[in-house]
Amino acid sequence: MTTTASAPEATTAPAAPAPRSTKRRRSPLPYILAAPAVIALLVGLGYPLGWQVYNSFREYGLAQQFGQAPTWVGLDNYVTLLSGGDFWAILLRSVIFMAVTALATMGLGIALALLMKNIAAWARVTLQVAMLLAWAMPIVAQMTVWNWLIDDRNGVLNYLLSFIPGVDLVGHNWLVQPLSFFFVASVIITWASVPFVAMSVYAGLTQVSEEVVEAAQLDGAGGLQMLRRITLPIIRPILVILLLLQFIWDLRVYAQIELLQGFGAAGTQYDLLGTYIYGLGIGEGHFGVAAAAAMLVMLFTIALSWFYVRELLKEDNQ
Amino acid sequence: MTTKRSPLRHVGAGLAIILAIAWAFPVYWMVNSSFLSSTTIYSLTPTWVPFGGTWTNYKAVLHDSTFLSSLGMSLAITGITLVICLVFAFLGALAISRFKFRGRKALVLAIILVQMLPAEAMFIAQYKMISGLGLLNTIGGVTIIYLTGVIPFTMWMLRGFVAGVPADLEEAAMIDGCSRFQAFMRVTFPLLAPGLVASGVFAFLQVWNEFALASILLTSEQTQTLPLWLRNFAQPSSLGMIEWGQVMAGSTLLAIPVIIFFMFVQGRMAQGLVGGAVKG
Repeated sequence: MTTTASAPEATTAPAAPAPRSTKRRRSPLPYILAAPAVIALLVGLGYPLGWQVYNSFREYGLAQQFGQAPTWVGLDNYVTLLSGGDFWAILLRSVIFMAVTALATMGLGIALALLMKNIAAWARVTLQVAMLLAWAMPIVAQMTVWNWLIDDRNGVLNYLLSFIPGVDLVGHNWLVQPLSFFFVASVIITWASVPFVAMSVYAGLTQVSEEVVEAAQLDGAGGLQMLRRITLPIIRPILVILLLLQFIWDLRVYAQIELLQGFGAAGTQYDLLGTYIYGLGIGEGHFGVAAAAAMLVMLFTIALSWFYVRELLKEDNQ
Repeated sequence: MTTKRSPLRHVGAGLAIILAIAWAFPVYWMVNSSFLSSTTIYSLTPTWVPFGGTWTNYKAVLHDSTFLSSLGMSLAITGITLVICLVFAFLGALAISRFKFRGRKALVLAIILVQMLPAEAMFIAQYKMISGLGLLNTIGGVTIIYLTGVIPFTMWMLRGFVAGVPADLEEAAMIDGCSRFQAFMRVTFPLLAPGLVASGVFAFLQVWNEFALASILLTSEQTQTLPLWLRNFAQPSSLGMIEWGQVMAGSTLLAIPVIIFFMFVQGRMAQGLVGGAVKG
């Protein structure tokens, strides 16, 4: 009904400054425009999500794969997960991995941004181009190249480290010890994510106005004081968002861990949440338990994301 | 911090160059190794610069039949996903940035939340759905899942671009006698072209590089995409040997188009993710 009213009005309003016909309420047009995207999301995400919620409360294992009807088991899958040691151990490992990697990335990124702010343009551009190269690398290419760098026999890393007096690492495999495995993963992910943080923080730093800086200098603020009292508080919103993004991204490192395992370190002691859920579900066929584990990871991620989402919503309201 | 004394700045510049070398080194090493013959690569001392390099690694990769079929698969999946994604996301972006309607807030919230979901939290269920539909190892199956991965981000990015074109411009054209559709096509759409290109490049990068979902939805060698091809190509042979020269040539071929496209859009990417955080 409102379509017929608003359409002609829009086309035949030659005189008066047109009323904001685009903002008219209860026209079906916005729904028609949004429908394809919404339907695509409902099919690809909504349905699987429903399946996952439903089956996290059902016994859905190997027997069901072969035709037996799944049975309703209430919270059993969650109880199995939460009362066993595996899930907690892997959750703890993932959280530690996330925190260490995210904080290392932030620390290095901020340091590099401050460095870029204080050097000649040619040096800054060189550093930026180098970081862009690393940032642009596809994940599979990143992991493959690093696997070559750390190769036990012909890798350049072991070759170089062996120049240090008393160190002979030729033939050393970095992926065998779980701790060393995660250290390597963390280094690669940090290398790949620092550029984004450094460039974003640098962009933030260039927005700190000269007047504020000069005023603080007149008042006798030294370098460190300036950083702590003026610069960091001004770019704090950017730092918060970046830290949240790093947390979220470093929790979801399935591809990197899976690839690194494929290079020669398979087994649950090398698992983080992603590879663990994959193993439970597609690997062993315990779809009910895997669905429950995925639900827990999802809730955890949403909780982590909440602050980030709030920041973005603020932007939408502007 | 803002000391302009030159000795300190020289130290800083030196440090920046060292860091630049450290960051670019893996990429350099990839390209360097791709030009080395296997005897050079297996010698115990590394070759730092590929003087007198060879193209044999590239030839070997291009003659690998699975490389070409994977390239075809990647192009098809990326192309189809990209076209559908841009159309759907663009229409959706118009809806959320040009209209106020009931459910808009919920839609915006959903668009943002969905971007935060890790693949790990959904891929078991998505795998079950696609296998239930009999679409494992098909372009259609992986496209359905990829669309949900790229539409939200693209829609969010385009929303910013659409909002940047004042509705008044369209209204002015309507006063001059255009229909609303004409006004949109003649005034707003051309202004949005750069935004569409940038968003398209992002969606391209995401789909082209995607590994996790491809690895569970495309399990046969005939339907693998390039990232899966590289993963398999980098596995040791039955003798435990890896042809590093060829593997690095493959990595380079995968990475070069990505690096080129990426250079064009990286500024906008940072903006899209942290946009307005300082100004606000």
